[in-house]
Amino acid sequence: MILNGLPRLGYTALRLTTETGAPPHHESWVRISHWILAAALLVLVFTGVAILMVHPRLYWGETGNDLTPALLELKISRNYRHGGWTAQTPFFQAPGSAISAVRTYDIFNQNGWARSLHFLSAWWLAIPGVLYLVNGLARGHFRWPQYGRAQRLAYRFIVFVAAPLMVLTGMTMAPAVTAAMPFLLRVFGGYQSARTIHFFTFVVLLVFTAGHVVMVIRSGFRRQMRGMTLGS
Amino acid sequence: MAAENRPKLITRRRAIVAGLASVGGVFLARRPAELPPTYGNLLRMGDTFTYAAHRALLPGQSLVKEYTLADLSSFPATGTIDDKGKPPAAAYRKLQADGFTGWTLTVEGRVRTPRAFALRDIKQLPSRTQITRHTCEEGWTAIGQWTGTPLSAVLDLVGVLPSARFVIFESHDEWVDGIDMLDALHPQTILAYGMNGRELPVQHGAPVRLRVETQIGYKSMKYLKRIVVKDEFDDGGEKGNIRNGWAWYNGI
Repeated sequence: MILNGLPRLGYTALRLTTETGAPPHHESWVRISHWILAAALLVLVFTGVAILMVHPRLYWGETGNDLTPALLELKISRNYRHGGWTAQTPFFQAPGSAISAVRTYDIFNQNGWARSLHFLSAWWLAIPGVLYLVNGLARGHFRWPQYGRAQRLAYRFIVFVAAPLMVLTGMTMAPAVTAAMPFLLRVFGGYQSARTIHFFTFVVLLVFTAGHVVMVIRSGFRRQMRGMTLGS
Repeated sequence: MAAENRPKLITRRRAIVAGLASVGGVFLARRPAELPPTYGNLLRMGDTFTYAAHRALLPGQSLVKEYTLADLSSFPATGTIDDKGKPPAAAYRKLQADGFTGWTLTVEGRVRTPRAFALRDIKQLPSRTQITRHTCEEGWTAIGQWTGTPLSAVLDLVGVLPSARFVIFESHDEWVDGIDMLDALHPQTILAYGMNGRELPVQHGAPVRLRVETQIGYKSMKYLKRIVVKDEFDDGGEKGNIRNGWAWYNGI
């Protein structure tokens, strides 16, 4: 489907670049939502990276820590493969027993502010996001007749799949939330799976945002910004 | 034609306003009696909002997921008594050398009969064993089996006064932290003296540590020394999380 849409996307982009007419019209609720969500996303990306830097290891399932193997390790902070652990103490006699060890390494950790700021901006994503979604569905906003097929598909994927997935996997990492909604852990296959999906969805959102910004610039930055701030 | 001219009973705007108002109503009705202060700090405002939202929107005391013995995992020990920057815990070392026979946990504050519990006193109280996931703020998780007595059993014994709202904990490694009564009376909030079928190891908080399963790992204080029941919020001052730049509520 994406391949079918590509020539149309190229055509649309081309058409937009040559267009010098009036700025695209956006209704006020779209403009307000857009900028609140954009600001929230920016802070979420910044704080999310800071949080990931504290433990740049990803796992699958419920558990994962420095004493268990990782699915993926990211070289994004001094905590990458730091190895600062005392001799391992097994919990049980049996070979291959679960172990414990004490940390001896002063890790990078800015989670005091990063976590609180992440959750503060998460509220600014979730509440206006839900209002945008409900209002958009009621108004038939997501039909997006002015967009090409691939563009429409991409925007719908972000609104209906990626953004909700981001919020839901985020909620799966909250102990008080999963106590009340244990199905979240079942749906995503455990805490660490949710965390890993959260990370890869973030990568998808980042790629989308980059593409979005490139298209805005190529189709007349001033014109598009005027449309999204002043409405026309 | 006539139908189109008739004024709508429910407009979209009215539906949205009514929806928001009802969510607000639930929020106000179910908000905690006592909210932690925001200190005029944006981050703490967010924390307080999250706390109020959790208390208002989540059902009271749902149990966290419990696992099986097959799920037990390796378990890093962080924030131990030997951490750098902590005062040398000479008093703790003395208790440890004596096999914690001299260790006591005092429970006082807004209670009818303040009391000091020895380790054997706590072990005689009703016990609970649970296999739960420890969720560290850093991003790692580990599953352990914990044996202890529900905090509610201890609070019942000393008789919490009706005006009490918070339970404050002090540790031998100089931390002060607190939880609200909802988490304090949660069935899985226990004073744990056993881990993975043995005595609680020193690096995991011997002889007794707190387990608050509905919150992030650092709320489960190690090396318990004193419990104080209070009517009002207490951030622990210099020894508390907030003064050190960390959130007080961590259900998220």
